Amino acid sequence: MASRIDVSVEHKHLPPPEGGKRNPNTCPSCASHYRDDELDASLWVCRHCGHHFPMRARARIAQLADEGSFVEQAADLRSEDPLDFFDLRPYTERLAEAELATGLGEAMVIGEATLDGHGCELAVMDFAFMGGSMGSVVGEKFSRACDSAAERRVPLIAVAASGGARMQEGILALMQMPKTVCAAEDLRDARVPLVTVLGHPTTGGLLASFASLGDVLLAEPGALMSFAGPRVVQQTTREKLPDDFGLAESNLRYGHVDAIVPRPELRSTLARLLRLFDRGE
Amino acid sequence: MASEAELRLRERLGKLRATRLLGRTGLSGELERLQRQLDLLAAEPTDEEIWRSVELARHQDRPYTLDYVGRLLDDFFELHGDRTRADDAAIVAGLGRLDGRTIVLVGQQKGRDIKERTRRNFGMAFPEGYRKAMRAMELAERQGFPLVSLVDTPGAYPGVAAEQHGQGGSIARSQATMARLTVPTVACVIGEGGSGGAIALALSDRVLMQEHAIYSVITPEGCAAILWRDASEAKKAAAAFKPDAAHCLELGVIDGIVPEPAGGAHLDHEEAARLLGASLREALEDLDGIPGEELRRTRRAKFRSLGVFA
Repeated sequence: MASRIDVSVEHKHLPPPEGGKRNPNTCPSCASHYRDDELDASLWVCRHCGHHFPMRARARIAQLADEGSFVEQAADLRSEDPLDFFDLRPYTERLAEAELATGLGEAMVIGEATLDGHGCELAVMDFAFMGGSMGSVVGEKFSRACDSAAERRVPLIAVAASGGARMQEGILALMQMPKTVCAAEDLRDARVPLVTVLGHPTTGGLLASFASLGDVLLAEPGALMSFAGPRVVQQTTREKLPDDFGLAESNLRYGHVDAIVPRPELRSTLARLLRLFDRGE
Repeated sequence: MASEAELRLRERLGKLRATRLLGRTGLSGELERLQRQLDLLAAEPTDEEIWRSVELARHQDRPYTLDYVGRLLDDFFELHGDRTRADDAAIVAGLGRLDGRTIVLVGQQKGRDIKERTRRNFGMAFPEGYRKAMRAMELAERQGFPLVSLVDTPGAYPGVAAEQHGQGGSIARSQATMARLTVPTVACVIGEGGSGGAIALALSDRVLMQEHAIYSVITPEGCAAILWRDASEAKKAAAAFKPDAAHCLELGVIDGIVPEPAGGAHLDHEEAARLLGASLREALEDLDGIPGEELRRTRRAKFRSLGVFA
């Protein structure tokens, strides 16, 4: 008796292969598969369905900054391990591994740049570095980016992609929330604009600190932007979650974000804002 | 571990010892308090002691915000509602007199019986609660009243409606509001200082913690569920991220530890209130006379300096 022909490979709800690891270049929404260079060329957006793949910090900077204009700052800052934190593995080992895997010293890259000829400061997060979690270095880099922007009187563009605070730094990770809030307030007092771009995901302590304090808040399509993640909400409340729970689209409807900007239009949108904010000083 | 906090305390202690010889009054209490903090620092808490603090911080008989308000403030007038949508009973805000001067108080409130717990939502605020707090903070600013916050929450409420009403943004704006104030601000963690829900009320000039309070980035259970993939490893998680007062003081996250009656605040509410009152008064006196602009600048500089990196 012939067994039934397996047609599941053609099904878009294909369960992830054993181990639960999905190929990162396979679109989770329509299952189209791409090579790295194809995704690079399309700004890591699925050409078929428009799904936004996670985008690395360097690639974002290449997209946003005028060619050759980006000058990185504070690249040598590294996390310490104030708590000697050890869960299943030591924190220092996780840090070293993240640096090897991503080629980045931390989950945020900052520097000065021009965008369409307008001077600006960039602070760009990278989810690939320990889930973009905010520890002391991310807080310090954001704080310095604020100072650099205020000093040069150019807008700060912060691109968030983070699961929240970095648990391995304990209470000091929580303190990065008030730290970035104070930095953003100092920037505001200097009357220098802050534009935040919320990528997928921007959750927890990130959403509850500087990411929400932009003078203008932009979000990428489909980005999860919630204080508590859907799993936590589901487990705590046993509520039925709406299909678009915490997504950028729902946040736009409830008034928490100014616009949803697809990645191919992000650069031109930011250029428009920089032009509008330019007081010809 | 001779940390910076320890050195600072030793220095202040030395100065005080010297001034006592001059016969100044009211210093012996201060001396005793500092000596006790030094002892706490010198004896680093064991994993067992950390877990005991977690249990005491959540003890059902522990005094809550209104227990202290009733004992410390005269003529407390509670403010209700965020003027937009609702009144969130998980946060209490109001005006009261402390030693004959008006202050504004904000704080999370838990409930003691099932009905009250439900009404107070276990001290887990919605955005409406933080908006009420912000309204009270702005009132303090307009009238020049000091702001006292009492922090006691497992965290901000994780619910669908809370997200729809902007939980993340309201926590961020509550911190930003505190960063803008030019009046003296003192916060004390009196139980659980749970994550974003706690820091929303604690961006203050002076941040205190009661001896057995905890202050943390995530609950021990939450941390265990994520890093150990098993919520029952909470004890291990707490030992790893060290939410106890002594460690928070050592890391420079808080400015002082408020002693509790022997065995914990739940055993003697009167004495716990007396000790808390003394610390709050001392912190407020410390801030008296500092110009508002300087308060704000110093407060921001303090928080912007927090973190450990190379």
